[in-house]
Amino acid sequence: MDSTLTKLMRDFPILDQKVNDEHLVYLDNAATAQRPNQVIEALTHFYQTDNANVHRGVHTLAERATADYEAARRKMQKFINAAEPEEVIFTKGCTDGLNLVASTYGEANVSAGDEIVISIMEHHSNLIPWQQLAIRKGATLKYIHLTDDGELDLDEATQLITDKTKIVAVAHASNVMGTVNPIKQLAKLAHQHGAIFVGDGAQAVPHMPVDVQDLDVDFYAFSGHKMMGPTGIGILYGKRELLEAMPPYQFGGEMIGFVHQQESTWAELPYKFEAGTQNIAGAVGLGAAADYLTQIGMTAVQAHEQAIVNYLLPKLEAMDGLTVYGPQDPAKHTGVIAFNLEELHPHDVATALDMEGVAVRAGHHCAQPLMEYLGLTATARASFYLYNTQADADRLLTALQETKEFFNHGSREAK
Amino acid sequence: MGLEKLNSLYREVILDHSDHPHHKHALPDATHKITLKNPTCGDVINLDIELDNQDHISDIGFTGDGCTISQSSASMMTDAVMGKSKDEALHMAKTFSDMVMGKKHPQKDLDELQDAAILSNIMTFPARIKCATLAWWALQRALLKQPDGDIDSEKEE
Repeated sequence: MDSTLTKLMRDFPILDQKVNDEHLVYLDNAATAQRPNQVIEALTHFYQTDNANVHRGVHTLAERATADYEAARRKMQKFINAAEPEEVIFTKGCTDGLNLVASTYGEANVSAGDEIVISIMEHHSNLIPWQQLAIRKGATLKYIHLTDDGELDLDEATQLITDKTKIVAVAHASNVMGTVNPIKQLAKLAHQHGAIFVGDGAQAVPHMPVDVQDLDVDFYAFSGHKMMGPTGIGILYGKRELLEAMPPYQFGGEMIGFVHQQESTWAELPYKFEAGTQNIAGAVGLGAAADYLTQIGMTAVQAHEQAIVNYLLPKLEAMDGLTVYGPQDPAKHTGVIAFNLEELHPHDVATALDMEGVAVRAGHHCAQPLMEYLGLTATARASFYLYNTQADADRLLTALQETKEFFNHGSREAK
Repeated sequence: MGLEKLNSLYREVILDHSDHPHHKHALPDATHKITLKNPTCGDVINLDIELDNQDHISDIGFTGDGCTISQSSASMMTDAVMGKSKDEALHMAKTFSDMVMGKKHPQKDLDELQDAAILSNIMTFPARIKCATLAWWALQRALLKQPDGDIDSEKEE
């Protein structure tokens, strides 16, 4: 992978810079990934040569823009192995997709007394839409908790998912714990009880092969910007029969069949769910990101990140005073690693690492119920992607050691 | 080593205040109380103030959790405003907010802030300005009898 990786680094000019006089090590990929030149050039090319509004015009640019937009949809279909392009809806991002499902399918199918089952490790975007739906409908929101090793408690899941359950919604991979959840198994469990399964793929699609047909999920949402695409674009996958039966999410242009003064009909899939002028260039950029990742191969991406975790995690766990949250077994841990260093506040740790050129996140990671459940207010989080190397892991380790020394002695001795 | 740059932020006086914060306790007879959160990092300050019948701060104390900067800022703030009148304390809160945003104030105003003036360096760490201002915002809002709240809306991924 080394020579491939060296070539690959050249695709990301942003990574070749100094931050606070140190060479940048970007470890905030769970928040957003960097974009390769190929994606930036696809955006530029679209705006410089093909830009027009889609589907409506009869002129040549409109045809080209429409072809680009629909080609991007088919790339995304292939990327997650959806059965048909009509099942792939462009959204603003993962949050938008999950809200779409809660506001349409949820609104139409959840009633008082029904139950919705999610997990305690959910990002707020796969939590609040269900919480608010439950409040609106008088339904009950139930949480699957964790085992001691930070994995989903499947025994509890089996107890919680019953014939009262209408929706099960769980992250494919945690944005804090680095856990990969067995969503194929959870989807099966949901189906056995007549419920549907919604997967939050924000932290999975960028990092591992995902096949929505094999997983047999009913809905699956993810963001473009975490997989090297532009911000403001994402995908909601849904099974055709469910999407067909659902009411529209928003009303306006593009999503209509015929509009009369007192009534309207809706466009076919997927346009029924794409009201208004969409983020066309964003879709094109996302298609380019999918091309880029496909060329490298998602199995190779996953293997590369796993190798870094195999190297780094035992070293972090061995560091005096450092606590890693989530699975301690590297084989069960993605490239998202949440930790705390001694009694230091993660904000202080993140500032210190930033002075060393190492960019990490500190905070509650939009998972306040998880933080409360773990008895924490915040953690630091390092998250890796395919352009990160073992050398980056070493830089993190060194910077953490220096941070520890600084806060224990550093400034006092420096006098 | 890059961490030497940290000395400009984490000066010894700041680390001393965060290691041994002053007035870190609740006041059972507080006349003014507030809880203020910084949702971005989960920091919380509970500030208790006792005003005497001349509207002077006769006692002040805080509890809560936070990073080195927010804890030391709270400690330095309590030192600086003890014994001041309500109006003087409000003026100091304004001076502090202005100072960390880079607005100029007369040296006399900065002297009033005592140790807290050292946090003017926070300007070069924009992500940490809110950590430093949390305690001063709490002071201002408590004295004005404003409700508990957050200093900013959540913005995280």
